[in-house]
Amino acid sequence: MKKIIKYVIADILRNKIVLAYTGFLLVISLSIFNLEDNTSKGLLSLLNTVLIIVPLVCIIFSTIYVYNSSEFIELLVSQPLKRKNIWISLFSSLAGAMSLAFFVGTGVPILLYIPTDTGLLMLAMGLVLSIIFVAIAMLAAVATRDKAKGIGIAILLWLYFSLLFDGLVLFLLFQFEDYPMEKIMVVISAFNPIDLSRILILLKMDISALMGYTGAIFRDFFGSQSGLIIVSAVLFLWIIVPVWLSLRNFNRKDL
Amino acid sequence: MKTFLFIVACLLTISFKCSAKTVRVGHYQTYHSIHEALAAVENGDSIWVDGGVYREKNIVINKSITLIGRDYPVLDGEHSYQIVSIRADYVTIRGFRLINSGVSSLDDIAAIKIYERRNVTVADNIFENTFFGIYSQSGLQCTFENNKLTASAKTEQQSGNGIHCWKSDSMKIIGNTISGHRDGIYFEFVTNSVIWRNMCYNNMRYGLHFMFSHNDSYISNIFKQNGAGVSVMFTHGVRMFNNYFEDNWGDAAYGIFLKEITDSYIIGNKFIGNTSGIYMEGTNRVLVEKNQFQNNGWGMKIQASCVDNTITLNNFLSNTFDVATNGTLVENNFNHNYWDKYEGYDLNKDNTGDVPYRPVSLYSMIIEQNPAAMMLFRSFMTSLLDKSEKIFPTLTPENLKDNYPLMKPLHL
Amino acid sequence: MIIANNVSKKFGKLKALNNISVTCNKGECIALIGPNGSGKTTFIKSILGMVVPDSGFITFNGKNIVHDWLYRQYIGYMPQIGRYPDNMTIGQIFKMMKDIRDRGKNIPTDEDLIEAFGLNELLRKRMSTLSGGTRQKVSASLAFLFNPVVLILDEPTAGLDPLASELLKKKIIDEKLNGKLVLITSHVLSELDDLITQVIYMQDGNLMFHKSLEDLRRDTGEQKLSKAIASVMQKN
Repeated sequence: MKKIIKYVIADILRNKIVLAYTGFLLVISLSIFNLEDNTSKGLLSLLNTVLIIVPLVCIIFSTIYVYNSSEFIELLVSQPLKRKNIWISLFSSLAGAMSLAFFVGTGVPILLYIPTDTGLLMLAMGLVLSIIFVAIAMLAAVATRDKAKGIGIAILLWLYFSLLFDGLVLFLLFQFEDYPMEKIMVVISAFNPIDLSRILILLKMDISALMGYTGAIFRDFFGSQSGLIIVSAVLFLWIIVPVWLSLRNFNRKDL
Repeated sequence: MKTFLFIVACLLTISFKCSAKTVRVGHYQTYHSIHEALAAVENGDSIWVDGGVYREKNIVINKSITLIGRDYPVLDGEHSYQIVSIRADYVTIRGFRLINSGVSSLDDIAAIKIYERRNVTVADNIFENTFFGIYSQSGLQCTFENNKLTASAKTEQQSGNGIHCWKSDSMKIIGNTISGHRDGIYFEFVTNSVIWRNMCYNNMRYGLHFMFSHNDSYISNIFKQNGAGVSVMFTHGVRMFNNYFEDNWGDAAYGIFLKEITDSYIIGNKFIGNTSGIYMEGTNRVLVEKNQFQNNGWGMKIQASCVDNTITLNNFLSNTFDVATNGTLVENNFNHNYWDKYEGYDLNKDNTGDVPYRPVSLYSMIIEQNPAAMMLFRSFMTSLLDKSEKIFPTLTPENLKDNYPLMKPLHL
Repeated sequence: MIIANNVSKKFGKLKALNNISVTCNKGECIALIGPNGSGKTTFIKSILGMVVPDSGFITFNGKNIVHDWLYRQYIGYMPQIGRYPDNMTIGQIFKMMKDIRDRGKNIPTDEDLIEAFGLNELLRKRMSTLSGGTRQKVSASLAFLFNPVVLILDEPTAGLDPLASELLKKKIIDEKLNGKLVLITSHVLSELDDLITQVIYMQDGNLMFHKSLEDLRRDTGEQKLSKAIASVMQKN
């Protein structure tokens, strides 16, 4: 498995899109930190990059990469290798490469300019989101043979997690306006890794005072030891479940 | 010559008789305690107290005297007593260090308490670890100046107010520094008073808290990092000029919370880094002018119960939300302010934007209606909602807008 | 060596393989022939485990290949289209494959084709910069690299220049003489004449016949494979 990862990761890291992505992140983070004299404001501007750009690039690039590798995957399958190993290697390589790109593009500036708790949390969330959206991309890529369809699914999934889900939440909130929804919101946020990371990061920032009663409920939950363990477990599930589903699908797939 | 000497002697005796005398208290002086000295003086006399520690339980002043401490003599209440009770007019207390008053919410024990008296001056004292600092009960024309009050209680119950005035009139509260109390300055039924150059910080509840206190002026004070900021209620004729409301940051903290305030002026103040710069409820005919709202969560929260207020010539800079409201019909005037989020243009270069600015964002309306929607704070969707609402305003209040937004910030 | 037993596979409504039973033995060189969409590639992929049959089974050296993956170390496969990760170099591809196949056993590699195709000079070239023909050369070299006992070649000469094509054919003949089993699909029937010993003809997912070349020649009375097949197709 390590053998494949080594070569595939080297291949991805030399990919022009990944290089451009790293450069783009680097330019954004450096310009935010250099132009913004208030570092916590800088972090807020960076938040949008982490929550929108990172998932988008990770999911679409990974989907396309898997489709473009279909012949290569066939070749690997014809070798004495377990399919499971091939698929996990591919996932690990993509996740590793995208995480590395994020780390270089955003993580290093964060470590240089604001190595605070909030900065480190944002870095961690960016890495976790990178991995999660690679995992979701694997699921999208294995769902259909048609590359165009697959990329369409990937875009839809991204749209769902970054936009539609929140729309549904808002709709729910207004439907059940008369009920106390705060605690339920904690549960609902677990169904969207982007929301979960956003809330975690915001709670760490002083801006959390704006979140009022809802924020207090969230703080109570996420601030506690058990809450943190649950959140880590949920984020971990967001990696494991898509990979496991895609693997199950890939194992049965006719190439 | 003999005659002359006699006349001089006579004049001297007369003058001694007429002028007040001064008695001295201290280890090496005639009197060793203030109690003894108090018994010996009459109206108009002065008592000078040397440095040292005086544990005299409750000192009751019932003569119009001047009590002056040299080298800050310590009056220790031993955590049990009210230190000084003033039951006479024209009393001055200056230059003491008052520590460790008793704590009792039943009798409102204070370091210095004034009982229905006039023209009392409390100046240049240091208060440490006292329950209430200076307490004026029906005082008239009293002056509290340049005192430094520091309390260190941990909970609101164990802590009184720094300067507490009840049913008082024409008070002057100048240049005091108050921290660690429940409320820094507390007024109830206090009228025609001036509060000038005070600094209230790190108080547990409010830096300034008043109600039913009409026609007072608050000038050049600093209210900083208080648990809930400043809260004022049920009052008309408030004048607030050039004050700082800073870093009052927390779930229920306000730069200033106005409830049922009418016919008042809030001019030239700075609201910086508060959860809400100004929160208004049931407030009418207030002029908010030439203030700076900067780095607040909400610049202003103005409830639908507020009518006829004028918000003009203010700077709104890098607030998360400039203005929020809970109603759709808002009858307040928001013209001629500078908003850093304004994206309009100025073709005729008269420093006034050609299209109106709507300071209320759709998302801020949503949160007012449905606070749980705060979960979506800073999400992609809410920023899209705000953008689209800016282009096609449908849900935000139609008439809450600045028709003449300024293109450049004012120098404030 | 490879035995397919009543293998069937459907893709949706399309019957890609319909009850195929074939036996392939050592030393044979079998041509898989049939019109487009007749199921040749699906059959090859079934042998390689890329396609899982709906029913029937395939054995390799007497062992069912379902859930097995180690048997593939005895197979060299050259796919119809060889595409590799864009930014890998030829050298890396060879190294990676060696890493995968070797498993610490130090199998002697057969680098004849790499040398014959002159790939040694191109080892530092990235895959994205290569022509289709060069990629085919890489695929062919990979198939032969580990001395496998079974060679499965899907359209091996498509896209190769005549010289490379000849080199590859020579290599195939050599390996056949070494007693290996070779399975070839090709559209260019003329070049199979001097290679193959047996013919499997498929149509619409059905196995039409599996004969030795001599039998086919005798039955049809044609010497050339292309003519022989043409006459079969006419009969059908």
